[in-house]
Amino acid sequence: MDWLYMHMPIAGVDIFWPGLVLIGYSVGVIGGFFGMGGAWMVTPGLNILGFPMAFAIGTDIAHIAGKSMISTMRHSKFGNVDYRLGFIMLIGTMAGIELGAQIVMALERIGRIGPVVRWVYVVFLALIALMVFYDYYKAVKNRNKSDDPSHTGATGGVNWAPALHKINLPPMMHFRVANIHCSIWLPITVSFVTGVLAGFLGIGGGLLRMPALIYFIGAPTHVAVGTDLFEVMISGLYGAFTYSLKGRIELVAVFVMLCGAAIGAQIGTVATKYAQGYGIRVVFGCAVLACMVSIILKQYGINVAATVIILGAISSICIYIMVIMFRGAAAELREKKMNSAGAKA
Amino acid sequence: MVKKISAASLVAALLSLLPAWAWAAGGAATDLVVVADTRALHGFNLYLAELYNQDMWMFATWAVVLTSVLGVGLGLLMDLIMSHVGLDLGKSAGHVEH
Repeated sequence: MDWLYMHMPIAGVDIFWPGLVLIGYSVGVIGGFFGMGGAWMVTPGLNILGFPMAFAIGTDIAHIAGKSMISTMRHSKFGNVDYRLGFIMLIGTMAGIELGAQIVMALERIGRIGPVVRWVYVVFLALIALMVFYDYYKAVKNRNKSDDPSHTGATGGVNWAPALHKINLPPMMHFRVANIHCSIWLPITVSFVTGVLAGFLGIGGGLLRMPALIYFIGAPTHVAVGTDLFEVMISGLYGAFTYSLKGRIELVAVFVMLCGAAIGAQIGTVATKYAQGYGIRVVFGCAVLACMVSIILKQYGINVAATVIILGAISSICIYIMVIMFRGAAAELREKKMNSAGAKA
Repeated sequence: MVKKISAASLVAALLSLLPAWAWAAGGAATDLVVVADTRALHGFNLYLAELYNQDMWMFATWAVVLTSVLGVGLGLLMDLIMSHVGLDLGKSAGHVEH
């Protein structure tokens, strides 16, 4: 069964390459379908497959950079990127990523990197799962309320932006595309905090940065999405650079995963056209929980079970999304056929 | 009384610095150096491993350039394939992915 293993030239480990392709493909499908990155599964997945933790983080961050480039190009075409805000935020993002990477290297030096990063991931994934299930609960509650004629249907989170814009700490700056005027320390602080997390966990950071752009900085949603993608791309490239300089990146794995992600992203995106309801969010939440369980198993040395659970969970969610896509596409084709037959008749 | 408290605080502060000074005496810990074993490698893997061992700055530059080129190239290729089958994702402003 040697052919199932690929030698990684830098890390010097033999990796089960179908697992690598599956992780890349799943990140593409899940990222394309849910509109949020799947980087949270890559670092733990790579570590479970046999990568040393620092290599898993460096490889994940480089892979996310490559994956986000095309999305950023699309958004910049629609004018959704506030470049001034993006460049100001880069100061905080890059400093944050460097600090995160330095923490990783310091933990590696004292031999504690594996357990620390795993437990931080467990907490992080628990928060994501909580957020997803809460979102589902809110959606179900709102749907029930909308049956009630007295319910206005208004929803929304707490917007801190107006209060934070009043902080008069110079220099103040106007961001034209986002149409906001604030102290530059506000976006720098927000991006620094998300940058530390991105550099430490090897993620894009968009999961935190995008809500922060909306609720703390006050950017409109479409500008927040575009500007966040710009940050993910640049921060990913900087992360790839700094982790390469530290010798903790496996380029062969990045390339294999990018090939899987490019195909998966298209399938995930097409599937969104046919997906209905909030039920899929519950499936996503369950996949996050499964990933969390596999990290805990890895921490206690139960490697086979950890591998089976993480690969099984991401495969299941991919199959589920692909079934949605193929069923929807088949129904659409049938409908088109019937319409054209009706027109001929 | 204030003088005594100040003196005690100063002594306490100096004492708290002792472990740090003792630690510093051994010199700062350095990163673990990973050297790629090139003996059994061929082709592109060998090139990457040799670059990694010999010139880390060049390796880092290549990492960024190759990741960017592959990311953009694969994205454009897939967009092209999808538009051929009648699904042009590049025309959708609503689509977001990280």
